[in-house]
Amino acid sequence: MTTVAPGAPGAPVTLRRQVELTIDGQAVTVPEGSTILEACRSIGTEVPTLCYLETLTPVNVCRVCVVEVEGSRTLVPACSRPVSGGMEVRTDSERVRTSRRMVLELLASSVDLSTAGGDVDRWIETYGARRERHGPPAPSTERDRARAGEHEPVAVGTAGTVAQAVKRDNDQYVRDYSKCILCYKCVEACGEEAQDTFAIAVAGRGFDARISTEMDVPLPDSACVYCGNCIAVCPTGALMFVTEHDLRARGEWDEGRQQVTRTVCPYCGVGCNLELHVQDDRIVKVTSPLDHDVTRGNLCVKGRFGFEFAEALDGGSR
Amino acid sequence: MFGAGGGTSSYEEIEHTDLVVLWGSNAREAHPIFFHHLLKGLRRGAKMYVVDPRRTTSAQWADVWLGIDVGSDIALANAVGREIIRAGLVNTEFVSRATTGFDAFAESVEPYSLEEGERLTGVPAETIADLAHDYARADRAQLCWTLGITEHHTATDNVLALCNLALLTGHVGRYGSGLVPLRGQNNVQGGGDMGALPNKLPGFQDIEDDAVRARFEARWGGTVPPKRGWHLSQMFDAMASGELRALYVLGENPAQSEADNRRAVRLLDGLDHLVVQDIFLTKTAELADVVLPAAVGAFESEGTVTSSERRVQLLRPALRPPGGARGDMEIICDLAGRLGHDWGRPSAEEVWDELRSLSPMHAGMRYDRLEALGGIQWPCPDEDHPGTPFLHARLWEEDPARRGAPAPFSPVTFEPPLDELDEEFPVRLTTGRRLDSFNTGVQSGRYRSPLRRPETLDLSPEDMEQLGVVEGELVRVSSRRGAITAPVHSDPTLRPGLAFMTMHFPDDADTNALTLDSWDPKSGTAEFKATAIRIERLPEAAAGTPPSQAEPSQAEPAGVTAGAQR
Repeated sequence: MTTVAPGAPGAPVTLRRQVELTIDGQAVTVPEGSTILEACRSIGTEVPTLCYLETLTPVNVCRVCVVEVEGSRTLVPACSRPVSGGMEVRTDSERVRTSRRMVLELLASSVDLSTAGGDVDRWIETYGARRERHGPPAPSTERDRARAGEHEPVAVGTAGTVAQAVKRDNDQYVRDYSKCILCYKCVEACGEEAQDTFAIAVAGRGFDARISTEMDVPLPDSACVYCGNCIAVCPTGALMFVTEHDLRARGEWDEGRQQVTRTVCPYCGVGCNLELHVQDDRIVKVTSPLDHDVTRGNLCVKGRFGFEFAEALDGGSR
Repeated sequence: MFGAGGGTSSYEEIEHTDLVVLWGSNAREAHPIFFHHLLKGLRRGAKMYVVDPRRTTSAQWADVWLGIDVGSDIALANAVGREIIRAGLVNTEFVSRATTGFDAFAESVEPYSLEEGERLTGVPAETIADLAHDYARADRAQLCWTLGITEHHTATDNVLALCNLALLTGHVGRYGSGLVPLRGQNNVQGGGDMGALPNKLPGFQDIEDDAVRARFEARWGGTVPPKRGWHLSQMFDAMASGELRALYVLGENPAQSEADNRRAVRLLDGLDHLVVQDIFLTKTAELADVVLPAAVGAFESEGTVTSSERRVQLLRPALRPPGGARGDMEIICDLAGRLGHDWGRPSAEEVWDELRSLSPMHAGMRYDRLEALGGIQWPCPDEDHPGTPFLHARLWEEDPARRGAPAPFSPVTFEPPLDELDEEFPVRLTTGRRLDSFNTGVQSGRYRSPLRRPETLDLSPEDMEQLGVVEGELVRVSSRRGAITAPVHSDPTLRPGLAFMTMHFPDDADTNALTLDSWDPKSGTAEFKATAIRIERLPEAAAGTPPSQAEPSQAEPAGVTAGAQR
């Protein structure tokens, strides 16, 4: 969907040549500049992704989307590699499957993927990734205290994890970094890809790397403006509305009972589309469509969280 | 703009422009998602000027901030215009082909030299010249504004002053060049589109045009009043004179949102009959004889709203309204029934289709097209039309027939704010929004915003020191209309002599007890942005007491407010 009608006079126009390549032996034609991922999707070939989102510039960190390209020494990330003429891509070779299995095993052994969604569960199954392969989880450490150059390896036969306590320091969203796969999406959305607030960044190195506010201060003391654009891009549920978090804790979160309705934000005149996720006549989460060019999935604090007035039934004023 | 009643451009265009002028707009906080588009433009290399008395969070992104004195916008615009002419930077081809009245305009700005501009606005002469040269030389430029332009007694003239600059330089009617008024509420634009203006029928059609009225009368089977009605400010004057005795208020909270709101409350209270239809029992509803509980427009009903880029989009119900509350349309149709007109119970789409049959600019906007295209930008005259991303492209047509009527320059004269600063009221109070709040807080006051802080009187650190007050200290703030108490807050984005408050927490700090309700005779907008105040320490510094309700002012004349133009 585009906000400018085709051929709006003066609008930037990119004329793109068509490029031919093969994917798993099948001939495909896509516009020049397309990524391998886009080419795969155009013919319905699934490539798993974690750190990729169509509204963000690829950062190539998760490596779960790798594919084999004839003539390339290493596997290449499908999400960012542009196609070229005559390219031969294999998305399901043994080498690709092994690499994806390893990525998923390392993530599944160290990160709580319980809210990462059905696709991740299915990929773990498909690629035969064994969560327990690296042994039982090692005792959790105080990751926020980790100092550069002072990493302590875990005991042999146990799997280091990113487990730590849930951070709940405001009324609107929680940060459960036990579920964080360090995909960078939240950092990008908070930073130059959308919000330009820069409240969070990656702190630490190696296995001690984690998402952090400046000096690890609580969110209310940080630069955070509670747009929730980080929640919107988080692929694993590490960042979550308080409403969703609490419903899940009570075992009451049920997407099967939820309806998603698209409407327009009741505040300023920009006209941001809201997707209201409603369970049992309560708004439990608010998102915005990625494919609408007004928001590209982003909202401000009022659009994201300012819906409670519609439910203020118990205050006596409605 | 130039007869169109809406902004000229699409948000997307600001990502591809070369120069952004944000004039009287703190979009970073008041229109955050528009600001995302703007930042993409800056990232692509666009330069930005911000004109604002405060060094706002938007101004902090600017290449140049023009810290203008409150209400001197016309003086600045005219000085910019004069400098563009003086420097030979007028787009003469555009001006000669597509505009009228250039000579009169040039003459009207002649008194506004750079030095005079500096004297009237507080902006250094060379900075005014920089803005003039950069705006005129830019290949593409977007001129955006908000209530900093329109909440003045010269609101319409302020807008015209900016339009003159766009005409002078040809920054209108092209992709990436345009005039962008950002609307403050989700359907301010749609209200105008639908004829909720005293002189317009839907589609901005003139109610005093016989042919227009005849079409509506034929469709509606009734008579349309042949004369324009009152706008909001005129209604309050009509209440004061006794001409207006009954009022039906839908989704508006004038008891708290009107400038000089104690006068508003007095007038509302004195009506024979007041009906308020709202989602909450607002302060206005508390004054009503009848309250009609309504459903939330955006969450509990079906319909359309129009955004600041003229995009008509669908609202869909996600929640059931609480017991007793009903959709606005249902209430209005029932009311019509009680008044002897059986309108039945049309669906939102049926009402919309009637609108499409009467408003040519909306004719092509079928519901299923609005759904499929994610909204459509008017004008959309037929069902194959994709909508119009930007307006006034016709002004650039070679063929005079296609170019149509030229756009007129509108000479305007600077007039200072009506509420003059003097020894008794030496500080300029201006008002605005904060990121997480909205208007009088009816909606935004009910969510648990982690950013919320109590209302304060924001002052420059220099003024804090001069007054001898400390952070959080309660002070008495008086204007010529009333007085309130509020805690002070040090804000280094303010210059000495400038104070700032919002109207988000009227129950705690009733800012509109201070503001002046003198309004722009052309648009009816009140001068919320320029109040003269005095700040006094409380005896004993009254530590620990919460901010009080407004106190009566001794200076206040009974019944009617004094105003230079009344």
